[in-house]
Amino acid sequence: MVWYVVQRCIGALMTLFIVAAVIFAATELLPGDVATALLGRDATPKRLAQVRAQLRLDRPVSERYWAWFGGFVQGDWGYSLARPNQAIIPLVGERLLNTMWLAFIAASVGIPIAIMLGVIAGLYRDHVPDVVISVIALVGMSLPEFVIGSLLMLVFGVMWAILPAITIVPPNASFGQLLPSMILPAWTLMIVMVAYILRMVRSSMIDVLQSEYVQMAYLKGMSRQMVIWRYAIPTALLPSINAIALTVAWLIGGVVVVETVFNFPGIGRLMTAAVGDRDLPLVQALGLVGAAFYIGVNLVADIATLWLTPRLRTQYW
Amino acid sequence: MKIRAFVKQLSFVSWVGIGFLVVHVVMALAAPWIAPYSPTAIDATQAMHPPSLLHWGGTDRYGRDIFSRVIYGGQIALVISLTSAALAVVGGGLIGVYVAYIGGFIDDVIMRLIDALISIPSVLLLLVIVTAFGSGNGVIIAAMVVSYLPGVVRVVRATALEYVPRDFIQAARIRGEKTIHIVRDELWPNILDVVFVQFAMNASWIVLAVSGLSFLGFGVNPPTPDWGLMVNENRAMLLLAPWGILYPMGAVATLVIALNLVSDAIAKALGLDRSRGVPV
Repeated sequence: MVWYVVQRCIGALMTLFIVAAVIFAATELLPGDVATALLGRDATPKRLAQVRAQLRLDRPVSERYWAWFGGFVQGDWGYSLARPNQAIIPLVGERLLNTMWLAFIAASVGIPIAIMLGVIAGLYRDHVPDVVISVIALVGMSLPEFVIGSLLMLVFGVMWAILPAITIVPPNASFGQLLPSMILPAWTLMIVMVAYILRMVRSSMIDVLQSEYVQMAYLKGMSRQMVIWRYAIPTALLPSINAIALTVAWLIGGVVVVETVFNFPGIGRLMTAAVGDRDLPLVQALGLVGAAFYIGVNLVADIATLWLTPRLRTQYW
Repeated sequence: MKIRAFVKQLSFVSWVGIGFLVVHVVMALAAPWIAPYSPTAIDATQAMHPPSLLHWGGTDRYGRDIFSRVIYGGQIALVISLTSAALAVVGGGLIGVYVAYIGGFIDDVIMRLIDALISIPSVLLLLVIVTAFGSGNGVIIAAMVVSYLPGVVRVVRATALEYVPRDFIQAARIRGEKTIHIVRDELWPNILDVVFVQFAMNASWIVLAVSGLSFLGFGVNPPTPDWGLMVNENRAMLLLAPWGILYPMGAVATLVIALNLVSDAIAKALGLDRSRGVPV
């Protein structure tokens, strides 16, 4: 078990290393070089030389990659291009905290609701509750986040005006100040998340209910309640852990659009601002943060699945 | 599976999906004849009219006809999404089958790279590519293919691995068939089912991604009529002219619902489970 966990952690670090190389390579594939692309029409020879020196473009590729990735690991993420003298770490750190709160609220409310709806839909397969829940799920996964967000904003922020439509507090506001502004964005993220997770829970619930040991439990004369709670639900939830992990990881991409809709000061909003400014170092850093989050969540999910599955747990001891 | 058998077992809901999809495709193809106005014609005297007999969808702040823009927007959405989905699925499918068949070192290397690409949430990967290469239809299609191809490779490889140890593949190998022949004529037909489902699923995700990218302002360039872009442009007049965002929103929603219903129908007919897909 310990050995397996160590193995998985090494694998995760390797993946992160390759991700960094991929993100870094995107800048190397540019026709001309980054400096020309960044400056565009402002590319006077003097400015070009300046930016090239700033980005260390005069050094060989491998050296720059090691410097960049090494710096990233050691906590030196460099400086933003569009925001002079602004180090990337404090900039990202402040926003990351806000996004984490947002994701935490969406996940902690959304996951239990999704599991509950998925179990109900699975139990009443093809009957009224299932049809209603499945239609809601279909709509939830078919509407783009900006549509859900704009509709919620139109109804709750503008027509009824009971919640702030957009965030007007600064990025470094306290949790209490931010909370009212978090409700609508968190709600938007939740709707999409719930749709994906509940479909997964529903299908694994249906699989389990058709399995032989559930039939056996009924034949033994166990009550329906007992069979469902003791046998069906725990088994059905195990394969859902990975789906939940995937959806939580989806959050980190979903926040980009949602935060832009609500002007919420998190890393998603920072990402769109950075892309707008063509602030490449900041975009690269945020891409890497997103990937690290994805890899971390999946690692935790794999280990949790292993821990909760007796067969796998004993096999890897 | 025979087409007739497939059509016979379709449920009512699946027919609704197919119906919406057909309407979308027909509207996009016949846009020049259906749309009453040019999608980019500016008429300042007609700005921000609510829906009327003259302008079925109302007009935006430049006096452009919303209905015409929504219809032409369908061309953009369908052409970009279906092209990217087709390229991602065929490319990803071939890579997946190939690495499943040859295995070994090349398989390890390619799958490492695929794992890494999957680890970058697609929105972030799209934005990194757009930052580096700028926007424009070609870049968007390329970015979509890079973001969605890895998922296809993983699924197709897993399916193909079930066939590689079978006797008919071993027989072909012993006959001395070339790798390209085994991949194309022996393995590919067996994984076509999965490829179809992947195509429908990826098409729906890519429609969402394209409209999301345009909404953020990094997709197709204005004044091209695109649904995401329209929502972005008309969002400021949410209260004064809600029709400016409601029509394009309805268009994206119905297209994606249709694609989802169709992929559910295909998956069900082929006995595959597609509930596990999340567009990370």
